Amino acid sequence: MAEQAVTDTTHTYPEASDLRSIAADFSSDRQAFRNVSWGKAMMWIFLLSDTFVFSCFLISYMTARMSTTVPWPNASEVFALTIGGVTLPLILIAIMTFVLISSSGTMAMAVNFAYRRDRRKTAILMLATALLGATFVGMQAFEWSKLIHEGVRPWSNPWGAAQFGSSFFMITGFHGTHVSFGVLFLLIVARKVWRGDYEHQRRGFFTSRRGDYEAVEIMGLYWHFVDLVWVFIFAFFYLW
Amino acid sequence: MVDVPLGSAGVVAAPDVEDVELYHPHSWVTKYVFSQDAKVIAIQYSFVALSVGLIALVLSWLMRLQLGFPGVFSFIDANAYYQFITMHGMMMVVYVLTALFLGGFGNYLIPLMVGARDMVFPYVNMLSFWVYFLAVLILVASFFIPGGPTGAGWTLYPPQAITTGTPGGQDWGIILMLMSLMVFIIGFTMGGLNYVVTVLQARARGMTLMRMPLTVWGIFTASFMALLAFPALFVGAVMMLFDRVLGTSFFMPAMVEMGQPLDRNGGSPLLFQHLFWFFGHPEVYIVALPAFGIVSDLISTHARRNIFGYRMMVWALLAIGALSFIVWAHHMYVSGMNPYFGFFFATTTLIIAVPTAIKVYNWILTLWRGDIHLNVPMLFALAFIVTFVNGGLTGLFLGNVVVDVPLSDTMFVVAHFHMVMGVAPILVIFGAIYHWYPKVTGRMLNDALGKLHFWVTFLGAYAIFFPMHYLGLMGIPRRYHDIADMAFVPPSAHTLNAFITIVALIVGAAQLAFVFNLFWSLRHGRNSGGNPWRATTLEWQTPETPPPHGNWGNDLPVVYRWAYDYSVPGADQDFLPQNQPGPSRAAPGAGHG
Ligand code: HEM
Ligand SMILES: [Cu+2]
Repeated sequence: MAEQAVTDTTHTYPEASDLRSIAADFSSDRQAFRNVSWGKAMMWIFLLSDTFVFSCFLISYMTARMSTTVPWPNASEVFALTIGGVTLPLILIAIMTFVLISSSGTMAMAVNFAYRRDRRKTAILMLATALLGATFVGMQAFEWSKLIHEGVRPWSNPWGAAQFGSSFFMITGFHGTHVSFGVLFLLIVARKVWRGDYEHQRRGFFTSRRGDYEAVEIMGLYWHFVDLVWVFIFAFFYLW
Repeated sequence: MVDVPLGSAGVVAAPDVEDVELYHPHSWVTKYVFSQDAKVIAIQYSFVALSVGLIALVLSWLMRLQLGFPGVFSFIDANAYYQFITMHGMMMVVYVLTALFLGGFGNYLIPLMVGARDMVFPYVNMLSFWVYFLAVLILVASFFIPGGPTGAGWTLYPPQAITTGTPGGQDWGIILMLMSLMVFIIGFTMGGLNYVVTVLQARARGMTLMRMPLTVWGIFTASFMALLAFPALFVGAVMMLFDRVLGTSFFMPAMVEMGQPLDRNGGSPLLFQHLFWFFGHPEVYIVALPAFGIVSDLISTHARRNIFGYRMMVWALLAIGALSFIVWAHHMYVSGMNPYFGFFFATTTLIIAVPTAIKVYNWILTLWRGDIHLNVPMLFALAFIVTFVNGGLTGLFLGNVVVDVPLSDTMFVVAHFHMVMGVAPILVIFGAIYHWYPKVTGRMLNDALGKLHFWVTFLGAYAIFFPMHYLGLMGIPRRYHDIADMAFVPPSAHTLNAFITIVALIVGAAQLAFVFNLFWSLRHGRNSGGNPWRATTLEWQTPETPPPHGNWGNDLPVVYRWAYDYSVPGADQDFLPQNQPGPSRAAPGAGHG
């Protein structure tokens, strides 16, 4: 019975299950989501908003693809690589997807170790995540340059509808920017963990506020989201 | 933390509420310029938004001068007219009303009304203002560049927005407009996350969601909607920027210009319209819902009566917020989209009228047999109800496909949306400023000047926009620079136009009285004390007025009742502040519905 709400309409919390407890949470005072920190709540709501951004991008791409009068280039030919004389469709994307999904795994482990206050392992796992993320962006850069060499431009391409290139660069670019920012923040948080900022209550350089190990988990939320979005881009852009 | 005595309303003190650690600014710059205090940020937001409002007002004068006295002012040629109309519309909707309600009132009122010390992320909140300010600078800069601002209309419809012939279409105008919007959205997102999380997770003890004043509910719902609606505009802006700068064809169909086929192909102009209105319609409610909330509180306070049907009011707000995401294509009946869509969107549009009407009835029932004090905030609140009903009724006309088709793109539409989203929210903003100015400054605004301002604005707004319905029914088109030579327009219409223009000039000038009042009362206004309106909500119960950094002194407030305990029988005052323990008429949250 840590906190009892100051209303007369609610009863005990922890045991009450399912819908009842959701209703109880929402009718309690102070917090609508019990024991969810401000930072986490903010990240969840931001991700919801960002979901709308990506949905709009993807739906716009689908509309463009359906309303264009010229045939759409064949994804499995465009995104094929010839390695050692064998042409493998979608091989690069498959590897990229694998890399990014793996990075979600290392991120999840980092969050786990952060809660055990294992600074070294947390920092190493976050660095590994950042490395995988950077690899992903690097491979994306490779793919971009390959396509650009083959004559794909935002305004035209050799194989069909101009909107192919436009949507491709726009959507993968926007996602890649998300990953890059993620890598940047992973490095920052990893450094703070490594240095023990969260244990010594060191104040942030810009905000002059103290951080918390929870930063790792919030970082993780963002990272998993970026991975999840990639799965949708992969499905709708490369597999369709 | 000191334990709070238990009131008989069943209040149990939570034993372990830790107070937040507050950031304390040390220099003048961090206190007043790069301030992280929500109250200072609120004032910064309001000041910038009101200044943009003055620019937009002057632009409306220029347009009216052209419409009322065509050809007299030679510098207002067709291009200039379109630039004025575009900047006027976009500024008013996004940079004035949205910024003022959410950035201004939201920042000031949310922490105070829910009993928090500040927003949850003060640093991000500060960034939000400065990013907004940057967006304003980019927008205003477009007046000073070669080619001038864009003249695409505030809806920025492609392909015309980015082709030759539209002012700014092949110059910098449209680029700056799109960039400014993107920057605005980034800034708003930073603020919006603050407003939403503060309401959800940082309320005072005892402040349940169903005890929050409706003002907070309105701003909260609107902020949440904005976080989901702005993404569509953001994406639309990115794609149009690519179309303009990189030569992509997201929105550009195959076109022939001056006999030459353009180098574009296969894009969908309708796609932009869908994206735009997926943002644009919720946007209407993003400015309306805070107004609804504020007006509920003004009415209740100044009629000394509890709000009628509090729970219904909350659910109506949420219902309107949700429904407003599925009505957008009622702006596109004449766009050439699939006609079957029209049926669906007309239905949803008319359904929204239900929760909206509930709100209006509840306002009226709140006033019913109330002890109505006709002071300036109340006058504005009452004027809002009348105006909103008026605009809402014409909305029912325009929501129906068959009625909309002949009325679309006429002055009737201009009359409708000015009533419902121009005049009505502006009236609430004025009312709210007269209401909360004493809290912000510790002084009352001058009453006589206020009443003058009210009557000129209210009657003037009707004189301006009411006749436009008639012009619209006559078939006078909207967004026309010059209707002097149209054969079907009778001379009386020109007289009417001249009349509207003269009133618009007078109403605009009357706003100077308001601006003067704002500055004059800072020094010379009557001392207001902490709670001049004898209101119940928390912001009036701060230990000091204006509230200092941290709002509450040593102890955070504890809330024992809902926000509307006015004229409670048996109480020794005619209002019971939310933080006052003791019996209330009924258990809040249980009975009032
Ligand atoms: C003194 C008050 C105002 C006057 C005299 C005024 C006047 C005008 C005029 C003359 C037009 C152009 C009509 C046409 O030719 O089609 C216009 C358009 C518009 N106004 Fe206002 N206005 C005022 C306040 C507002 C406010 C408060 C808003 C806030 C929502 C607003 C939003 C708009 C919008 C969105 C447009 C449409 C722009 C477009 O067609 O692209 N106006 N106004
Ligand atoms: Cu609408």
